[in-house]
Amino acid sequence: MAADKKPRSPMAAPRSFLWSRRIFLTLLTGFVLLPVYVMVSSSLKPLADVSGKFRWIPSGLTLRPYLDIWRTVPLADYFVNSLIVAGAATACSLVVAVFAAYAVSRHAFRGRRVFTVTVLSTQMFPGILFLLPLFLLYVDIGNATGIALFGSRGGLILTYLTFSLPFSVWMLIGYFDGVPRDLDEAAKVDGCGPLGALLRVVVPAAVPGIVAVGVYAFMTAWGEVLFASVMTTDTTRTLAVGLQGYATQNDVYWNQVMAASLVVSVPVVAGFLLLQRYLVTGLTAGAVK
Amino acid sequence: MTTTAIEKPPGRTGQRHAPGAAPRRRRPGRLRARGLPYLLLLPALLLELLVHLVPMLIGIVMSFKELTQFFIRDWTAAPWAGPDNYAVSLDLDAPVGEALLKSFLTTCLFTFCSVGLCWLLGTAAALFMQEAFRGRGLLRALFLVPYALPVYAAVITWAFMFQRDNGLVNHVLHDQLGIGDGPAFWLIGDNAFVTLLVVSVWKGWPFAFLVLMAGLQNIPREVYEAAALDGAGTWRQVRHVTLPSLRPVNQVLVLVLFLWTFNDFNTPFVLFGKAAPASADLISLHIYQSSFQTWNFGTGSAMSVLLLLFLLAVTGAYLLLTTRSPRERKAAGGR
Repeated sequence: MAADKKPRSPMAAPRSFLWSRRIFLTLLTGFVLLPVYVMVSSSLKPLADVSGKFRWIPSGLTLRPYLDIWRTVPLADYFVNSLIVAGAATACSLVVAVFAAYAVSRHAFRGRRVFTVTVLSTQMFPGILFLLPLFLLYVDIGNATGIALFGSRGGLILTYLTFSLPFSVWMLIGYFDGVPRDLDEAAKVDGCGPLGALLRVVVPAAVPGIVAVGVYAFMTAWGEVLFASVMTTDTTRTLAVGLQGYATQNDVYWNQVMAASLVVSVPVVAGFLLLQRYLVTGLTAGAVK
Repeated sequence: MTTTAIEKPPGRTGQRHAPGAAPRRRRPGRLRARGLPYLLLLPALLLELLVHLVPMLIGIVMSFKELTQFFIRDWTAAPWAGPDNYAVSLDLDAPVGEALLKSFLTTCLFTFCSVGLCWLLGTAAALFMQEAFRGRGLLRALFLVPYALPVYAAVITWAFMFQRDNGLVNHVLHDQLGIGDGPAFWLIGDNAFVTLLVVSVWKGWPFAFLVLMAGLQNIPREVYEAAALDGAGTWRQVRHVTLPSLRPVNQVLVLVLFLWTFNDFNTPFVLFGKAAPASADLISLHIYQSSFQTWNFGTGSAMSVLLLLFLLAVTGAYLLLTTRSPRERKAAGGR
């Protein structure tokens, strides 16, 4: 990739450093890529190859698993559910996080510190602690108002959007702090209200950060297992739970499991790798605080 | 201070406006301006209340109730149990308490190993990749793949690799290297701890790497140049410049890794299914299993509250011990 010629450090690195680097990074790459290789190669193997002894090199290549995965379990339904849930959770979480982060970044108000600390500390609650009460609460709300939160996509969207919220707010504060205040002051002089300044000036200037936060929120919702396993029913199952459907069959079709894993991973991994640079800058902005 | 509204708004709010601008504004506008931040925060606050704080309070209430499956429809009707649920959870001579303690100790050991290894790999990789070299961008993207992959997809792949008869691990260890008497079981028995650790480190270290890389970018280049002028070589620079500068980042990073790892549910759940082997029975999965197996949510809640108290205590102690006085802390490029 980028072999940019930066000025070398004032003192050239010694050979011991270069060799340690080479060895360490090679081993680490192997460790990281091993499951990726297994996933990709096994997904192209005929069933005999994955049922018997492991083979590094497939005896033959086939695309059958990629056709069969849609029939063994209703993967397409799970996929649609996951897309709706993760997409909606991301969109809502972004809107809420942008407003909250703008308030913290641009206004000095009472309780500001309490807010940031409380929101961040929810990250530390064990999910198991509010899983059971949330389950009961959703059932209660359903009984009382008729709004089906338990077992519905809506309930899952609501839950997931709060999962990514703390970190999103925290990262966006960093981004917004990096947008010069003069810009929104200028917008206010031009007749924008505070909201106008946010939407017309601050948000456009922080697009990379917002995109990075969006990717993070999407990944969080796409990958969550615990709440998905309790809060969904047959019709609202997401991939996180649905993928285990392959393993509960009497014979596990490992080539299909690998093909399905690869298919469900592609959207998030591709999005993440395209945007990882923004995520690093976002963390840098946040870490300064 | 808080007499009339004609005065400047209390607190720091007034400081931001230019002194000449404030009196010109009409009162309703100012009130609205003061309410605005709260209005902007309202959605976030309501959501956090609904999904995190209220359920947490309910959880605490539930932990004092005898909440069995008969009361799931209307949990408020469950009889009060007083401290019984806590007594059961903490009674180390009875099976429930004994199992909880064992799971807790397993989780402690697991968390210590996993966080340590994640931090070590993340630090080493971030340090080695600080200077530009050919292929650095590609490597960085590759290293983030475990972090980007959905947990279940990645962990299922590891589960396949650790299968006894058709997995990669036994093929390499037993068939190719000839280690051991026969193919070992990795997903049951004592080996499961190692399996869980490997998967957890594989999944977790890229986050440490990502954060530390961001932290390294904040160290000004001049510091290294100064160190080099003083005759410090690469290794000495790492030890005396880089690592100390990373201290504030590490403080947060280690805490976050600790909390995530200690609470981890997804990895063991996908790896072992609902019943994890005793050697890898992490506390979240343990509580989940004992709650949904017996439908005794009261005891499950008591266990969860105990877990939260433990995490709070550890976090508090950790922050007290690791936070230096503000004077000591380096203002690393604040903007």
